[in-house]
Amino acid sequence: MTRTATAVTRTAAADRPMPSVLRLGLARGALENKMFFREKDAVIFTFSFPIILLVLFGSIFSGSMEGTGITVSQLYTAGLIGAGVMGAGFQNLGIGIAGDREDGTLKRLAGTPMPRAAYFIGKVINVLVIALLETVILLAIGVFLYDLDLPSKASSWVTFSWVFLLGVSGAALLGVAASSLPRSAKSAAAVISMPFVVLQFISGVFIPFTQMPEWLINIASIFPLKWMCQGFRSVFLGDAGAALELTKSYELDRVALILAAWLIGGLVLCLTTFRWKGRRDG
Amino acid sequence: MTNAIEVRGLTKRYGDVQAVAGLDLDIRQGEVFAILGPNGAGKSTTVEILEGYRSRDSGEVSVLGVDPARPTRQWRSRVGIVLQTANDAAELTVRETVRHFAGYYPNPHDPDEVIERVGLTAKAGKRVRQLSGGQRRRVDVALGIVGSPELLFLDEPTTGFDPEARRQFWELIEGLAHDGTTIVLTTHYLDEAEALADRVAVVARGRIVAEGTPATLGGREAAKARVTWADGSVETDTPTRTVLELSRRFGGEVPGLTVTRPTLEDIYLRLIEPSAN
Repeated sequence: MTRTATAVTRTAAADRPMPSVLRLGLARGALENKMFFREKDAVIFTFSFPIILLVLFGSIFSGSMEGTGITVSQLYTAGLIGAGVMGAGFQNLGIGIAGDREDGTLKRLAGTPMPRAAYFIGKVINVLVIALLETVILLAIGVFLYDLDLPSKASSWVTFSWVFLLGVSGAALLGVAASSLPRSAKSAAAVISMPFVVLQFISGVFIPFTQMPEWLINIASIFPLKWMCQGFRSVFLGDAGAALELTKSYELDRVALILAAWLIGGLVLCLTTFRWKGRRDG
Repeated sequence: MTNAIEVRGLTKRYGDVQAVAGLDLDIRQGEVFAILGPNGAGKSTTVEILEGYRSRDSGEVSVLGVDPARPTRQWRSRVGIVLQTANDAAELTVRETVRHFAGYYPNPHDPDEVIERVGLTAKAGKRVRQLSGGQRRRVDVALGIVGSPELLFLDEPTTGFDPEARRQFWELIEGLAHDGTTIVLTTHYLDEAEALADRVAVVARGRIVAEGTPATLGGREAAKARVTWADGSVETDTPTRTVLELSRRFGGEVPGLTVTRPTLEDIYLRLIEPSAN
């Protein structure tokens, strides 16, 4: 460590304005993405789960649904996109922020003039990038391996966009809120993944609702994953697939309503429960 | 001279434990001030209140003229904090990390100059994960000073350093102090406080029990010296006379002669004894 005789120069006068929240939010987003994609095991953990399941289920169940011309693997593609988007938001942030809390990231940031909103903007950007990438990969597998047809109607892509955005933001906010639950970063993976796996099983990702007891369907209907998957099925399975839904309709208005409700609820949860400090920091 | 930090009657209680019990403190602008004290004495709680991390129960606190219980971005940009434990951003390089943090501040230093200053230029392209403990600590310091703070908090900065790394670290801190940065240092190493601090305060039982320069703390300069030789030892106010007498008695060299004043550590241990007050 050399000791320089000259003082480090200050680059400007003392009354420069603070950097803007948006600029710092974007800078945080770029940083979060960089950190995420460099952590190889986390990348693999996040992306491989839905992909492996899709290939696995697609290989095991090769039949088609009666009278609709829709194959089981096409059904899984739509469902797993829902699960993938939810995972990118809920699981990734729930575990990631618990880690940030424990390794000192949050405490260090809280001691800088970084506006707190910039941290969350960065996380949301990170989640959007992951979710979009995951969706593209799953769709590519669906198209090339399982003859999934991408919708040609603009209206379908409009539906896709709002289901995706509402779903991913709601899931991200729930992930932020859930990150306060684990007592430590070590337990976070278990605490966050468990409810997510259960939710996937009861939300029609793997098992069609027609084979599930009504009380379980009622529980699943409270949570956003069921509705997100339903929205994605409407996009990728088209009108023919509506016959497979419990109500013989995709109920897009209810999808929008419930996802929006979770978005608001998640925001309220975040604002009321988020902790910048770890439990040990008191 | 104006004060960077002023504390009057600070208290903080956790359940049954009175962590801080009416603490007064003045830290002048531009000085290096060391806060010493055993674990659980209220040292960390006090510093975290000053840093704006923790709320207080009562008392008046002013840090750079602002109440840290209501930290603004403006105030945060004038205060640098080097925390005790941080293992974040392991996948980023040193340069990426320092550059990013520089972006939070309105008047940052040049990131490469800061990296140079903490002696990490050769490691600037390395990921933080690949650094040694001492190098990581220097990254922490780089992040603490990149915003060109007027006031820098250092929480036990050299814990786990080898002696060589500690000396280098001290030089870095001396350099910062030389530039006029006010530095508040907490440490368990008495030699560190002695080497770096203009003034030290000892916190025990939630209060300041002694305050002064390292040389005069707790009446150190007025304390008796101990003269020890091969077969004897005596405490005296006039060690020179004792040594002369011994020299006469032994006819020249005194075997095994040492003359010592109480070290800062001796004074410190006496101050924090539970019975002392």
